[in-house]
Amino acid sequence: MKAGSHLEKILRAGHFAFTGEIGPPRGTNVEDVRKKARFLKGNVDMANITDNQTAVVRMSSWATSLIVMQEGVEPNYQMVCRDRNRLAMQADILGAYALGIRNILALSGDHQQFGDHPFAKGVYDIDSIQLVNMIKTMRDEGKFQSGGDISGPPKMFIGAAANPFADPLEWRVHRLAKKIEAGADFIQTQCIFNMARFREWIKQADDMGLTEKVYILAGITPMKSIGMARYMQKKVPGMDVPEEIIKRLKGVDKKQVADEGIKIACEQIQELKETKGVAGVHLMAIEWEHKVPEIAERAGMLPRPVVEDDEPSAQDDKKE
Amino acid sequence: MVKVKRKPLEEIAESVKGYTKILNVGCGGCVSVCLAGGQREVKTTNAELTLLFEEKGINSRVDGYTVERQCNAACLEELDDLVVRYDCLLSMACGAGVQMLAERYPSKPVFPAQNTVAIGVDREIGVYEEKCRACGRCVLAYTGGIWIPCAWNDIYIRLKQQNRLDDIKKIHLAMEWQNSTPRTIVQPQYEHLYAKEEK
Repeated sequence: MKAGSHLEKILRAGHFAFTGEIGPPRGTNVEDVRKKARFLKGNVDMANITDNQTAVVRMSSWATSLIVMQEGVEPNYQMVCRDRNRLAMQADILGAYALGIRNILALSGDHQQFGDHPFAKGVYDIDSIQLVNMIKTMRDEGKFQSGGDISGPPKMFIGAAANPFADPLEWRVHRLAKKIEAGADFIQTQCIFNMARFREWIKQADDMGLTEKVYILAGITPMKSIGMARYMQKKVPGMDVPEEIIKRLKGVDKKQVADEGIKIACEQIQELKETKGVAGVHLMAIEWEHKVPEIAERAGMLPRPVVEDDEPSAQDDKKE
Repeated sequence: MVKVKRKPLEEIAESVKGYTKILNVGCGGCVSVCLAGGQREVKTTNAELTLLFEEKGINSRVDGYTVERQCNAACLEELDDLVVRYDCLLSMACGAGVQMLAERYPSKPVFPAQNTVAIGVDREIGVYEEKCRACGRCVLAYTGGIWIPCAWNDIYIRLKQQNRLDDIKKIHLAMEWQNSTPRTIVQPQYEHLYAKEEK
């Protein structure tokens, strides 16, 4: 075990992982976070806690992670390169670990010009691959990025993102290889709508032996409406929404669109479960957390497997 | 080269408010090349300022003088006798020129007339594109001569064309930023001249 997180145990035991996501509030509404977490509890193996997603200010990812932990959901602490330099990143990683966080997802972050503070200084001191490598060095060598010793290294299970849909396709798998080489233990992909392209990408990864080296969690987002599907198709960079998805949503009664969206997601999950090289599914039900229990049920993801020796707190690490 | 863009006239006028004798100093270097701070632009700016002063009933006068380069002390020598006759200086140079003036004439208030924007290239007459952030550790060797932000697709295509994809398959170590503190550049062939000063 590298970190001993619940997610790591699930994956190492060979279970098909099912993870969720919680977006922190635009304020201090703790109850809002707790409510979202309760929908996810028992229905997912862990939940990503986003870090100022879409470059819009929200409650910090580590703080939200702690609240979610209090509700019995294991967090995956997201950290973007946009807002912090290497000093702040390492400090937050130490703090997060000290308070019991065991999973981290290293991301570049959406550019600040698209968010609510477009004139903020984008930090990008290091990039996402260097962040992955920095966390690995902290964990495995007990060294800061500068080379100094860490007393009590943070044992994080390290995640990174992959987008099989950005151009050029042939480069995507090499970028994945770089993230694995840098130290990623698991990968979460961009939302998949174009299954054909995903199949091609995962096959390339499999052929290169990459799926043996890393756990790949396929990203799934259920469409809530035709408007959402169109928005994602036209406005969200790096998103590939085929016209046939929109056709399918348009083909049902207005009141059934959301249900059809869930149906599509469940069909995708079923296929992904059978796809070689896919270790699990990461469900991004954006502002739709209350639907997670239903989606988990309909996708055949319940009950979630129980793994032995889950550590209740950080203190137990000393026993290792 | 350095690319600048002149500040709005109102902002310039506001900064020199209260001074009656103003000398606007142009620069024949980069800012002249990017058509923002050379002799011609000094004239235009002064004409606009004079008009504004008249409109507002402000009793100020602005004269102009353009040196070959504001970022070199030797080029400023010719200003020494002139500057004493003015209450303040306006600089049409980049940020480096402004500071050079302020350093040479410490008793004179110096105000920038430009926003220094970038190191860039010329696209059309009067159109410039930022190309370099002077990070001090050039990475263009492995990016196919393309500046990184949002350009990975272009970088990939160019390197593939040149059969150099290995350059980006490697993991590059974290950048050692050199632009977090003011830097002094000494060319190797001149280092021996300044060895003592450095101590």
